[in-house]
Amino acid sequence: MSEQQFFKVIIDNVSIDVPAGTTILEAARKIGGDVAPPAMCFYSKLKGSGGKCRTCLVEVSKGSEKDPRPMPKLVASCRTTVMDGMEVKNITSSKVTDARAGVVEFLLLNHPLDCPICDQAGECHLQDLSYEHGKAGTRYEFQRRTFKKHNLGPYIQLHMTRCILCYRCVYTADQLTNSRSHGVLDRGDHAEIATFIENNLENDFIGNVIDVCPVGALTDKTFRFKNRVWFLKPLDAHRDCPKCTGKVTLWNRGDEVFRVTARKDEWGEVEDWICNECRFDKKKTSDWVIEGPRNISRHSVISQGHYVNTITSQETFEAVNEGRQPKLLFDIHSKSDVNKTGVSLSLIDGPAVSTDFTS
Amino acid sequence: MAVKLLLDKAHIPNIRYYDVYRREGGYTSLEKALTSMTPESILEEVKKSGLRGRGGAGFPTGLKWSFIAKPEGVPRHLVCNADESEPGTFKDRYLMEFLPHLLIEGLVISSFVLGSNATYIYIRGEYAWIPDILEQAISEAKANGWLGKNILGTGFDCEIYVQRGAGAYICGEETALIESLEGKRGNPRIKPPFPAIKGVWDRPTVVNNVETLAAVVPIIRIGGEEYARIGVGRSSGTKLMSACGNINKPGVYEIDMTISVEEFIYSDEFCGGIANGKRLKACIPGGSSVPILPANLLLKTAKGETRYMNYESLSDGGFATGSMMGSGGFIVLDEDQCIVKHTFTLARFYRHESCGQCSPCREGTGWMEKILKNIDTGKGKMSDIDLLWDIQSKIEGNTICPLGDAAAWPVAAAIRHFRDEFEWHVKNPTTCLTKNYGIAHYADEIHVPVIA
Ligand SMILES: Cc1cc2nc3c(=O)[nH]c(=O)nc-3n(C[C@H](O)[C@H](O)[C@H](O)COP(=O)(O)O)c2cc1C
Ligand code: SF4
Ligand code: SF4
Ligand code: FES
Repeated sequence: MSEQQFFKVIIDNVSIDVPAGTTILEAARKIGGDVAPPAMCFYSKLKGSGGKCRTCLVEVSKGSEKDPRPMPKLVASCRTTVMDGMEVKNITSSKVTDARAGVVEFLLLNHPLDCPICDQAGECHLQDLSYEHGKAGTRYEFQRRTFKKHNLGPYIQLHMTRCILCYRCVYTADQLTNSRSHGVLDRGDHAEIATFIENNLENDFIGNVIDVCPVGALTDKTFRFKNRVWFLKPLDAHRDCPKCTGKVTLWNRGDEVFRVTARKDEWGEVEDWICNECRFDKKKTSDWVIEGPRNISRHSVISQGHYVNTITSQETFEAVNEGRQPKLLFDIHSKSDVNKTGVSLSLIDGPAVSTDFTS
Repeated sequence: MAVKLLLDKAHIPNIRYYDVYRREGGYTSLEKALTSMTPESILEEVKKSGLRGRGGAGFPTGLKWSFIAKPEGVPRHLVCNADESEPGTFKDRYLMEFLPHLLIEGLVISSFVLGSNATYIYIRGEYAWIPDILEQAISEAKANGWLGKNILGTGFDCEIYVQRGAGAYICGEETALIESLEGKRGNPRIKPPFPAIKGVWDRPTVVNNVETLAAVVPIIRIGGEEYARIGVGRSSGTKLMSACGNINKPGVYEIDMTISVEEFIYSDEFCGGIANGKRLKACIPGGSSVPILPANLLLKTAKGETRYMNYESLSDGGFATGSMMGSGGFIVLDEDQCIVKHTFTLARFYRHESCGQCSPCREGTGWMEKILKNIDTGKGKMSDIDLLWDIQSKIEGNTICPLGDAAAWPVAAAIRHFRDEFEWHVKNPTTCLTKNYGIAHYADEIHVPVIA
């Protein structure tokens, strides 16, 4: 094999060398922090994903060393590969931030905002996206879209009104299970995730659609309404599983396992796919070998600061913006008596109770 | 009398059938191409002709063909885009209904150039009766040795298959068409890779419009240089226009792109003037996706020059004061037409036809439709007009395929040129339900046509 070719790209004034064939998004993730564009549909582990949600749009201000012309339109960074000498503007381009705020508004247009009763709240990428890139308030004055309800069987709960049509669950079913029994029916704003005709989602490994779904459209029926995720202790655990790696995160309260998920990396992507048995059937602590607290690397607004060793993104904003200070996320914990900062859920013995937070 | 290259024989009875088509000189271009020319020399003629894609974007056909990848051992395909679903466009239907053999002849020549042994016609589902016409023509052509194995002893094999769509406008977009042809959901693909590299079944593919492929026949007959002499500058050859709306003679017309817009609308050879003695208010010159123009900017450019029926002149002034040739769907609106209602109708179409893959198009088209409906029914607010402008600007350029742009442009152009009519609707919420704004203010200078 010939030697791997490396390209130099500059993203938001930060330079990095990446192998040819890398996408702008992946290159930006290597830099990390605010430079990495948000991605609601791209999933590095799912072939063919990306390009749809348009949250990762960036400006290419210089095409390459050879052809320095800027690209005429904003491009989807998840599906555009880098060229040598390319210069990209993400948060340093007002065109990008404007367009992105527009995309967030579009994504929220018909979203029910039923976070208070949504199991995804606290680990929802749409919540993060809205906080970080959206605008306060809505200009939409019409009734939000509703759908006829479909039952997907005993494992998976579908809330179509929350779906952002990222197609990740479709690719997951295609690429992980032996046959796909759901998909996108109809088109445009009336497109919906459904089975044809009324079918259960029960194939092995289908449970992974819950983990890839960026919003609360597909949630775990065996965990439905049982608890809020931020009251649970995430623990790394494993078991000898004949079908998958058996490496999971348990979400416990005391000794009680509330739910089992795959382990997710810093971008919210699954590290190892897990089988349905591990996810839905092994709900006793004794089923598992506990490794210790899971380091949650998400920047979710609600989970912020409540897990041991939370990996917060390294602050690149100052470097990128020539010393200007980063914008501050609204820090809910400093305002609220309930979720005090400095209280680490993973370290509380037994079930967390409200005084754990107010003391 | 204008030059006709495509429709010159369309009036001959039974030209639809092989015997008559052949008697009238049909298949001589194919014979010439396959027996006395090489794929390279045909490509050269097409390049010289300056032929530009007639499907909407106007991309030079010869150049497009030269991009097709030729990896060893991988089949290549030509796909004829007969999905024709752009509101106001019906020229391909006319060609296929009356001159199916002209299309077949063009297809075989083009397949020969591109090395396509299996060529597809993807036809819009609503054209339910046309596949029969095409299939009959295909079997006639095959029976007479113009299709099939070893055509004219050249060793070149070619089969043509007709595939019907299922009623989605988006399947006219070339990559959605390819997905649909493969039997999948018609979602546009993310480009690159372009079809010329990875098209149908990941094989190199060229997608061309019906009219583009039919035009290859006269190009071979008269030669690329001769073809390029017809028309003006980069608008060479002839173009089919589908004329409809408030005109005396709606129909399909072949023009040589040298006539003025005014002549096209008012001359008896073409549209025959505005119907019922009304006055011209506005026109969409190239199919529903292109910007609408008010009468004054339609007949004359912003510089006061005569506007002609060709690619360059129609787009003179950019989107600020010009429009586009597009697919040649020429929609004329008289003084009784309401721009708000008209824009609402188009918005409804695009909302319904969006594939729903990308958020700006999926959500934005529905939002625009709802606001336009409000304004149309007297429930609009002044701020809605700016909001519409903002929404369309957030869609344009930020989507996977050009349908997003096609949905944004008509709204943008309507507000750009007819803002006062939108405001009138908001200020007169009850009157606007029963009366029209007419052409009272913006087209004050009513143009008196020279040709009557
Ligand atoms: C939403 C959409 C619909 C389209 N519909 C058609 C169509 O019905 N017929 C067509 O020939 N081209 C259509 N096109 C253009 C095709 O994508 C493509 O450019 C064309 O078939 C190329 O052929 P040409 O080079 O001969 O013009 C459409 C494009 C878009 C974005
Ligand atoms: S259900 Fe979830 S994963 Fe599937 S398309 Fe909708 S948002 Fe994406
Ligand atoms: S622009 Fe509209 S039609 Fe085109 S891919 Fe996006 S959602 Fe589909
Ligand atoms: S993450 Fe790139 S378009 Fe969705």
